[in-house]
Amino acid sequence: MAKRIDVSGLTAYYGSHKAIEDISMTVEPRSVTAFIGPSGCGKSTFLRTLNRMHEVTPGGRVEGKVLLDDENLYGTGIDPVSVRREVGMVFQRPNPFPTMSIFDNVAAGLRLNGNYRKSELNDIVEKSLKGANLWNEVKDRLNKPGSGLSGGQQQRLCIARAIAVEPNVLLMDEPCSALDPISTLAIEDLIGELKERFTIVIVTHNMQQAARVSDRTAFFNLSAVGQPGRLIEIDDTERIFSNPSVQATEDYISGRFG
Amino acid sequence: MSHAAVADKRPSTLRGASLPKWTPWAVALGSIAVACGIGAAAGLSSHVQWGVIAALLFLIGTYVVAAQVEGRRQAKDRIATSLVWVAFLLAVIPLVSLVWTTVARGVKVLDIYFLTHSMGIVADSQPGGGIYHAILGSLEQVGLATVIGAPIGVLTAIYLVEYGRGRLAQAVTFFVDVMTGIPSIVAGLFILSLMLIFKMQPFGFAGSLALAILMMPVVVRSTEEMLKLVPNELREASLALGVPKWRTILKVVLPTSIGGITTGVMLAIARIAGETAPVLLLVFGNRFINANPFEGAQQSLPLYIYQQYANSAGANAAYDRAWAASLTLIAFVMILNLVARGIARWKAPKTGR
Repeated sequence: MAKRIDVSGLTAYYGSHKAIEDISMTVEPRSVTAFIGPSGCGKSTFLRTLNRMHEVTPGGRVEGKVLLDDENLYGTGIDPVSVRREVGMVFQRPNPFPTMSIFDNVAAGLRLNGNYRKSELNDIVEKSLKGANLWNEVKDRLNKPGSGLSGGQQQRLCIARAIAVEPNVLLMDEPCSALDPISTLAIEDLIGELKERFTIVIVTHNMQQAARVSDRTAFFNLSAVGQPGRLIEIDDTERIFSNPSVQATEDYISGRFG
Repeated sequence: MSHAAVADKRPSTLRGASLPKWTPWAVALGSIAVACGIGAAAGLSSHVQWGVIAALLFLIGTYVVAAQVEGRRQAKDRIATSLVWVAFLLAVIPLVSLVWTTVARGVKVLDIYFLTHSMGIVADSQPGGGIYHAILGSLEQVGLATVIGAPIGVLTAIYLVEYGRGRLAQAVTFFVDVMTGIPSIVAGLFILSLMLIFKMQPFGFAGSLALAILMMPVVVRSTEEMLKLVPNELREASLALGVPKWRTILKVVLPTSIGGITTGVMLAIARIAGETAPVLLLVFGNRFINANPFEGAQQSLPLYIYQQYANSAGANAAYDRAWAASLTLIAFVMILNLVARGIARWKAPKTGR
C-alpha cells in the first residue's frame, strides 16, 4: 500500500509570491517524516503540494517534480482528483462534515467517490474507526452527528475518514495543535500504528512531538520575512535532534532562535 | 486593625446610587399621562402628535431623573437604551396597526365560499363573489416564476462563490447588483415589449417571466452569502478525500447551507407574491377562472386587491373583498415564511451529542 515520495526541485507560488523554493527530498514508504521549522517557512505549503491541494488556493501553482513511486504527480494528464485519492490529508483543525453522522463521515470518501459495494461499507467504516482508535468510543452512536464529538475524537474521526479510502500516503498538517495532551497522545500512538500501513508525513510545531513520532525529520527555514522557505536539511530524527549537520538546525532545536 | 474596619472607613468606589428597576416604566407612564394632558389641553386632534410628545417626554425625563440620581454616565447609558426602545416602538406600531386593520376588516367576508368562487357572475359593486381565480393565478404565476428564477439564481450564486474569478465574475456581480435595483414596472415593461414584438395577448406566464427577473437577484444575493458561510475547511476536507469539485459542491457545500438557501428562496417568493405592476401589464386581470397560465388573461391576488379598490366606485362590498384578499395574501406570505423557518431549522447542521 505505502508508496515512496521523491521530490526534486519543487518551487511553489501564491500568485507572484514565491512561497517555497527548490525543495528536494525523499520520503521512504512505511515511515513517519516530520517537518519542523518556524511559522511561514512553507512547511504546510510544501505538504499541500504533495497531494495537489496547493492549487486549490486561488493563484497557487507549482514547478518541479513530485514522484509517487516513479509517477510524476505534476506530469501531463495527471488528474488531481485521483492524486488525492492516493494521498490523503488530515488538517490542523478537525473538520468533520456537519450535516453527516459519524458513520456517514467515515463513509463520505467512498460514497462521494461512488466506488464501493454496499455490503462492504459497514466493514470498512468499522475497520477505519478501529484503525483510528475511535471505535469503542462511538460504536453505540454511529448515527449521531460527528460535530457532537470532542475535539480529539473529531480529529480521530477525520483520520478515520482519511484512511477509509485506503490512500498510500497520509499527510497531516499539525494534527494535534488544537488538542489537549491526552488527545495528542492518542493521536501520536495512532500515528505509530498507522505507519505499518501508510507512508506518513506530519507537519508539527512541537519538536518533542517530532522527536517522539518520526523516523526522519526535515528542517525548513526562510532567510527573511517575504523570502521563500527552503529545506535546510533532512536526516534521521535521532541525528537531527542530537547532532545536526547545519548550525541553523541546532540553533532552532535548542531554542536559540525561532 | 482588621480588614473589615479598613473597608468600612473608605467610601466604596464601586457602588453608586442606582434607580430601582421599575423606573423606566414609571417614567414611561408619567410621560404618557403628561402627554395626554398636554394633548387634551392644547386640543391636538392627532394621536400621532400625542405619541411624539410622550416619546420626547420619556427621553428627557429618563435623562433628567438618571442624571440627578445616578450621574451623567449612567444617564447617557439610559438615554441610549430609551432611544432603542422608542425606535423599536416606532417600527412596531405601524406593523401591528396594519395587521390589526387587515384582520379586522378582512375577516368580514373571508369564508370558504369566498375562497372557492370567482367574480364571474358578480358585479364589482355587488356583494358575493370570491378570489378563487386570483389564488389560482397567483399560485401558478409565482410557482412558474420560482421554477425559473430559483434554479438560475442558485446556480449563478454557486458560480460566483465556487468558480467565479476575474472579469466575468465581476461583471456578473455588477449586473446582479443592477438587477436588484430594477423597479418592478420596468421588468414588466421589458416583457411587455417582447410580448408586443411577437403580437401576443396578455397571459399568466408572461407575468411569471417578469416575476422571475425580479426574483433572481434576490436569490443570487442570499444564496451567495449562505455559500460564503460554509467553512473552506469542509471543501478542502472533501477535496482531500479525492472527491471531484462538482460532487463536493453537491454533497458537502449545498447540504451544509441548504437551510439558509431555502430561507432566501422563500423570502424572494414572498417578495414577488405581492408584486402588482408587472402583473397588471402582462396578466391583465380576469373575472373568470382561467387555470391555464399559457393562454388568456389571468387574475392574481395583488392585482385583484387593486382592481377591487380602483374599479368599484366606492362600493362597500368591493372594499370588503379587497381587505379579505389582502388578509389572504398576508397569510400566504406568512405561511411561506413559517415553512422557510421550519426547513431552515430541520436542515441546519446538527450539533447535538
